[in-house]
Amino acid sequence: MLKINNLHVRVGEKTILNGIDLAVKPGEVHAIMGPNGSGKSTLSHVLAGREGYEVIEGEVLYQGNNLLDLSPEARAHAGLFLGFQYPVEIPGVNNMYFLKAAINARRVVQGRNELDAFDFIQMAKTKAKLVGLDESLLQRSVNEGFSGGEKKRNEIFQMAVLEPILAILDETDSGLDIDALRIVAEGVNALRDPERSVILVTHYQRLLDYIVPDYVHVLSEGRIVRSGGRELALTLEEKGYGWLKEKSPHIAPAGPGA
Amino acid sequence: MTETNSSKSPSLATAPIPGQAPSSTEELNTHLRKDYEHGFTTDVESDTLPPGLNEDVIRHISRMKNEPDFLLEWRLDAYRHWLTQRAPNWAKLNIDPIDYQAISYYSAPKTEKDGPKSLDEVDPKLLETYEKLGIPLAERAALAGVAVDAVFDSVSVATTFKDKLAKEGIIFCSFSEAVQKHPELIKRYLGSVVPTTDNYFASLNSAVFTDGSFVFIPKGVRCPMELSTYFRINAANTGQFERTLIIAEAGSYVSYLEGCTAPQRDENQLHAAVVELIALEDSEIKYSTVQNWYPGDENGVGGIYNFVTKRGDCRGDHSKISWTQVETGSAITWKYPSCLLRGDNSIGEFHSIAVTNHHQQADTGTKMIHLGKNTRSTIVSKGISAGQAQNIYRGLVHMGKNASASRNHTRCDSLLMGDRCGAHTYPYMEVKNPSARVEHEATTSRIGEDQLFYCRQRGISEEDAVSMIVNGFCKEVFRELPMEFAVEAQNLLALSLEGSIG
Repeated sequence: MLKINNLHVRVGEKTILNGIDLAVKPGEVHAIMGPNGSGKSTLSHVLAGREGYEVIEGEVLYQGNNLLDLSPEARAHAGLFLGFQYPVEIPGVNNMYFLKAAINARRVVQGRNELDAFDFIQMAKTKAKLVGLDESLLQRSVNEGFSGGEKKRNEIFQMAVLEPILAILDETDSGLDIDALRIVAEGVNALRDPERSVILVTHYQRLLDYIVPDYVHVLSEGRIVRSGGRELALTLEEKGYGWLKEKSPHIAPAGPGA
Repeated sequence: MTETNSSKSPSLATAPIPGQAPSSTEELNTHLRKDYEHGFTTDVESDTLPPGLNEDVIRHISRMKNEPDFLLEWRLDAYRHWLTQRAPNWAKLNIDPIDYQAISYYSAPKTEKDGPKSLDEVDPKLLETYEKLGIPLAERAALAGVAVDAVFDSVSVATTFKDKLAKEGIIFCSFSEAVQKHPELIKRYLGSVVPTTDNYFASLNSAVFTDGSFVFIPKGVRCPMELSTYFRINAANTGQFERTLIIAEAGSYVSYLEGCTAPQRDENQLHAAVVELIALEDSEIKYSTVQNWYPGDENGVGGIYNFVTKRGDCRGDHSKISWTQVETGSAITWKYPSCLLRGDNSIGEFHSIAVTNHHQQADTGTKMIHLGKNTRSTIVSKGISAGQAQNIYRGLVHMGKNASASRNHTRCDSLLMGDRCGAHTYPYMEVKNPSARVEHEATTSRIGEDQLFYCRQRGISEEDAVSMIVNGFCKEVFRELPMEFAVEAQNLLALSLEGSIG
């Protein structure tokens, strides 16, 4: 479904990603962990198509196509969703209006009929309930004046509405207290599906107590230095990222295979 | 920022803002380049005076329009005063000197001697022009319930719904017709809000105005439909000097809409209008403008100079005047629709969206002059700047000695697109009564690359995202526009800014 081969990316003169290899199959949940500055957010942004990043080597195949050739909106239409670390506020733009525009843009590309307001509202209310989003937030401006927890929950709500094939959740746990974290995690769990893959980008292992990944990868200096199952996250929690450096610096990434 | 009581503090916010990725700026700028859709001219025979301005020209205009003597004298007084004045230079505008002798002051499409009696008699080419502008007079006016007084260059060519309005005692006609049929009203009210000596452009207008609209709403009548005028400058090298006068008698209500478009030309054209509103006790006038004059091309060549004096006089107690404007066109805008709050408990409102792109300049805002007790005013200004444009809000709030317990609230928001434009805010406050209260809030923001990326990541195209963000920013003002014009204004905004992000 997603295959990243030897991806090198730089921003300006600085190389951030140094040869990433990763393969994700349908239904799998992969956690990407790593210390600050290891390139986690860069990877999320490059996959979603943000400007300002230069791919100098490697390729990304998504459903067999070259993902990097597509505009950000075309990637979204193809089912790629990015949950933002810092969701953006759009004053004066109603949350529901925004999402309806988003979902219908995708439906038009797919040659389907646009959802009318009535059907959309019914669907949105169901999804809001599913991810525990207060309905009053639906009628507010996109993320404006939302608390940190509400913003993150709104991201998960958008994910629920847009039903992505691949969801990349960038530091969805940052800035959340434990209760908010649990609610967000329950939302994500409710959306787990054999046809939906998830890449969780996180600094801390605590998110993985609630969303149990199939695979854990550790990113350091722009490279995946270690891959394993859930227990890898627990080891990291115990020993810290420094532990990886003490160990032999290069272990072939034991990817889950493509 | 909230300021209470007297202060004079121009604040300034100017792009560039650091942290801007150059690539997205480029993209924004590409988007900003968007052709002016209304740039066509209509080929009709015009009866045009040769360029130049002197007392004979004014006498000629007055004679052509068969005006009473008092009006000619009034014009000549204005002209003589104008000669002693200089163009104002306090606005933050770069204006090339204007050669007033190079302008023709009268241009009328040739029609049968008595003018058209119905739409059937109107030159089909004129009607076609209105079609292109999206205002087919006959059907759309009827469907929308809008009575349109269409001004083509200087002569009003068609007025609809006049009969229906006449039944209510409402007068809605061209200014010239009002001069013929209701000279006593003209004599009584003309210049009573904006005197001939008010300012350079108002004096010029008073001397040479050729037509405009006149509205009179009698005591206790609520005007049953929105009244609307579409102005359009057509002939080259003609200035357009509109005069609008609206009188709302005690207890009456009227909502008036004005829309403006001009064809595309390389030379600059001058538009110096004067609008006077008079609200007597317990009456309300709502005046909305959608201004889309030709803004010049992307290099700043051509475009309308829009130098307009608009003022409303809340003459009676409990009266209310509200201005709503959406300004997307013109090369240069110099315009401050104002309210004189003379009656006790009177209310003034100003809601504005001013968009500048490419090399456009706008110095616009309002004056709220509180004279009566317990008067209120609200100012909401939304400035949007893109390309290399400069957008200035300039507003005066004056609390007079007797304006006890009066209040003003001003909110002034600027939105910048790209890193070469500027937004500037100059609020002036004069408070002479200690119980008056003045509040000013201002924000400056930018359509960020992150807002756009967020929308695009959700599948919304960049163009749709820009339009969505801008419309969100302007929402408070759109709410003030009558429904059908709100939709038109939103489309206009999207067109004016298409492709501009960064």
